[in-house]
Amino acid sequence: MRKDYNLEKRKYVIVGFLLVIAAIYGWRLFDLQINDDRYKERADTNAFLKKTQYPSRGLMYDRNGELVVYNQPAYDVMLIPRDVTEFDTADFCSTLNITREELDKRFADMKDKRKNPGYSSYSPQALLTHLSAKEYGRFQEKLYRYPGFFIQKRVLRQYNYQAAANVLGNIREVNAKDVERDPYYQAGDYTGDLGIEHSYEQYLRGHKGVEILIRDVHGRIQGRYENGAQDVQAVSGRDLRLSLDIKLQAYAESLMVGKRGAVVAIEPSTGEILCLVSAPTYKPSMLVGRERGKNYHALVNDPSKPLFDRALLGSYPPGSTFKPTQGLIFLQEHIITPGTTYPCHRGYVNAGLRVGCHGHASPLSLKPALETSCNAYFCWGLKNMLDRTSKYGSTGNAFEVWKKHLVSMGYGYKLGVDLPNEGRGFIPNEKFYNKRYGEGHWSANTIISVSIGQGEILATPMQIANLAATIANRGWFITPHVVKAIADTIMPGDLLKRRVPTIDPSYYTTIAEGMRMAVTGGTCRRAAFTDVEVAGKTGTAQNPHGRDHSAFMGFAPYNNPKIAVAVYVENAGFGAAFGVPIGSLVMEKYLNGEISPARKGMEQSMMTTSVSYEPKKD
Amino acid sequence: MSPRRIDAVSVFSNIDWFTVFLYVIMVAAGVISIYAASYDFDDAAILDFNEFSGKQARWIALGFFIGFVILLIDTRMYETYAYPIYILVLVVLFITPFIAPNIKGSHSWLKFGPVSLQPAEFAKFATALALAKLLSAYNFVLTASWKNLMKAVGIIMAPVVLILLQKETGSALTFMALFFVLYREGMNGLILFGALFAVIIFVVTLKFTGSAVMGIPVGQFWILITIMAVIVIMLFIYNRRFSIVRNVLAWFAGTGLILGILSLCGVELPGMALMLTVIAVAVGYILFEALRAHSNRLLVPVLTAVFGVVFMFSVNLAFNFLQPHQQQRINVVLGVEEDLRGAGYNVNQSKIAIGSGGLTGKGFLNGTQTKLKYVPEQHTDFIFCTIGEEEGFWGSMLVVALFLALILRVVHIAERQPTTFGRVYAYCVASYLIFHFAINIGMVIGLCPVIGIPLPFFSYGGSSLWGFTILLFILLRIDASRKSVMSY
Repeated sequence: MRKDYNLEKRKYVIVGFLLVIAAIYGWRLFDLQINDDRYKERADTNAFLKKTQYPSRGLMYDRNGELVVYNQPAYDVMLIPRDVTEFDTADFCSTLNITREELDKRFADMKDKRKNPGYSSYSPQALLTHLSAKEYGRFQEKLYRYPGFFIQKRVLRQYNYQAAANVLGNIREVNAKDVERDPYYQAGDYTGDLGIEHSYEQYLRGHKGVEILIRDVHGRIQGRYENGAQDVQAVSGRDLRLSLDIKLQAYAESLMVGKRGAVVAIEPSTGEILCLVSAPTYKPSMLVGRERGKNYHALVNDPSKPLFDRALLGSYPPGSTFKPTQGLIFLQEHIITPGTTYPCHRGYVNAGLRVGCHGHASPLSLKPALETSCNAYFCWGLKNMLDRTSKYGSTGNAFEVWKKHLVSMGYGYKLGVDLPNEGRGFIPNEKFYNKRYGEGHWSANTIISVSIGQGEILATPMQIANLAATIANRGWFITPHVVKAIADTIMPGDLLKRRVPTIDPSYYTTIAEGMRMAVTGGTCRRAAFTDVEVAGKTGTAQNPHGRDHSAFMGFAPYNNPKIAVAVYVENAGFGAAFGVPIGSLVMEKYLNGEISPARKGMEQSMMTTSVSYEPKKD
Repeated sequence: MSPRRIDAVSVFSNIDWFTVFLYVIMVAAGVISIYAASYDFDDAAILDFNEFSGKQARWIALGFFIGFVILLIDTRMYETYAYPIYILVLVVLFITPFIAPNIKGSHSWLKFGPVSLQPAEFAKFATALALAKLLSAYNFVLTASWKNLMKAVGIIMAPVVLILLQKETGSALTFMALFFVLYREGMNGLILFGALFAVIIFVVTLKFTGSAVMGIPVGQFWILITIMAVIVIMLFIYNRRFSIVRNVLAWFAGTGLILGILSLCGVELPGMALMLTVIAVAVGYILFEALRAHSNRLLVPVLTAVFGVVFMFSVNLAFNFLQPHQQQRINVVLGVEEDLRGAGYNVNQSKIAIGSGGLTGKGFLNGTQTKLKYVPEQHTDFIFCTIGEEEGFWGSMLVVALFLALILRVVHIAERQPTTFGRVYAYCVASYLIFHFAINIGMVIGLCPVIGIPLPFFSYGGSSLWGFTILLFILLRIDASRKSVMSY
């Protein structure tokens, strides 16, 4: 027996070969098991059929407990792509009442990763949504012929009142962005669009539940995973109690028929929005179900822009409704006292500049100036303030002080209303004018029209209503909001904190008295109604695009106010023409429950009069 | 001088208990895995043996008995009766397809009452004995003549042919492992290396066509890199002149560095042409040195490189000449085509099972892939899936480590044998284990073509378990008596 030591070395080659293989396998196992997460996911989609349990969406009640928004069942046709075998498309289409092209398009959309990022051939996909009960019945009967298909029950929104579409919002299917942003959503889910449905989505939607079923290789259900221990029960969305008075809302909407503009009513003591009308409006039921897409498209293309919430987003020159803010600022800055008088000879005349006014006694003090809506008074006030360089150092500084007061009153920035889209209006600052006119090249007279709510000043109807509420409260306001309570939880604290502008509350009395006088003997006489002391301020806002806008701001009762209101009607002329009657009717309806017979005519005329928005032919 | 007769007591005191320990661990882990693989979520209480694990436990019990009996038999019996056993097994293999029932297209199972056995699994130890007997024959030198080599190859190929007749390709291929033994016993390494290299080039070229490195399909890229490495290694082995190795290595490293940096900077390179040029220059240089030094040995790396490159291109070329359905068949076997409903399905599901195990696994009996029957053959050929899914990376690596330990131990035992018979037999055992380990796990993790062979000691099945038990215990018996054999 001989031992060949040269050959013995060959064991190292054999052992080396084995070690190399073991190393490669070790690396591969590391790669499969630790590096790559996809396999875990695929094992789960293999084994677990996760049946989503959709919670019912929270309902909405108005401030009086009236049910406003509720749910109705709807049915979606779902499928698991890899389980679908060849099927009779002709029969399928006729059962579901769609064309072959639509079906093909639906399939193509479903598989398009851009439109449907959650697509997987292992997980349920929505093919058709919102089947009617009848279609559902027909399809249910034939379901056995279509392996891989099933029906998912969902809910559609239903509305007891065809009002407040802009406040309530609606629900739509989630899009690719939603799914990317929030992993809660899967393609085919619904989410709130616009309004409360959007801003309170996380409360309304509840929590989806999931039932985990174990599925074997043949697609047979083997039972519930861990006997349902891992299942998650769906949690219903939480009901909302709105601050809205849905009947008042509907009434205000009826007054705004044929007009463009907004009506906002607030309960001053709570900041609760009683009605929030944007005209023209649309029926909330238009944006429900399968017709949604078509209707939505039509609304988007409507030249009167019904989807644009004028109450929150409309930026209008506030006109004379702005004058109370000026009175407050001048009092606060000791530019005037309640007794200070300014002359008005059919307007403000200074250094060759003239701002027109209408005939009334002269000179006059603050209260009569508010009563008669004297332009000159406020022009003089602003001029005296901006020219007082002894106090402020410069016109620019004075203007910044002026702006700061306005911002504290809720102008120039978003108020923080609990709705998704809110405009901020516009209050210029020193820089703005420096840029426009050059530093040192502008003076009080250059910008004098801001004192009467014209010029560069823009405000939203919400901001105007908020001013009315602030004056009603004599010096403070609460951020306006539309939701009073989530289920049983009253609204969070920061919405209910009093916000106090930089004006001493004592000055508000003078302003309120002036506004009261406007109703008793001034520009707002049409605002008066039975048994209630009303205070108000008209506004007639010039605008470069056409006829003057008609505006009104007021509150009632004068002592212990229950409602503050702002009305803005585009291109409707004098404030007294539309703003005052609509505003006062809303207040009367809310406070008295009905319109006094004497004012029925006015009500009728408001409901039936339209304002023409045809472009002028020059 | 003949070996001294030893009694049973000394057998058990000389036995390699470490191997026995590994064997026991592996069969125990195997039966637990089988229990997990065939566990049904619905019925079955914990530790109540289900059908497969219960049967396997009985196989194991009988396996221990067989092993015990083997240890009692005198070593010389195996040597003496090596050929008769081999012939007997060949006869059984030959008649098997005629009397065996058709099970899934293969005629390889013989029924003995309630049990079915696969003679092919028992041919393993018989062939190992016969090969050991041949190579240990007095005056037999494997490398002495082609005739001798052919005798050895004949012993290996006879069962292969007979098993192929039973349509059990996988089992038949396992005998190819015995070429390792011939290599160890003196067969020119280039034969083994060339065959292995050809298989690797074939598989890698066709399997890894996906992404590209420097414009070259990733599989071909790595083959070219491997060829370079082989050239360098061969220069080390076949040439004593260090300067040649150094020059070639410097050339490869330098050009590789430049090309690497360029491609990292996003420069589009004609990668294939460049790499072939780099190899061609190196080959030309070595050829020049070979001619200058009149060194035939230096021609080996040259020929290897040329053979490798030419073979790689011809594989591609030949593949493109095939009919589409033939291409598909090869692709499916190689796992290139995601034929998820067909042959590719097993591998795909098995990868999902293992991959979903993660670091620590889903826990015993918690594997969903295996419990819900997504992986076919999970208690037999795909048993490794269950371990990967339920015990995770650590569990899988433990199994790999167990096989490494066992095989290294067997090699160690082989090298300490005083007789050629013992050494050859031991290498046969090691070779079978390497082949099964490499192919079975490679197949389950999607690196090797799907060749249905079991994972020794783990997979369900009496034939495989008994076959390997006999194989291993004969080795233990031979090893136990090594000290009583006089070396001469």
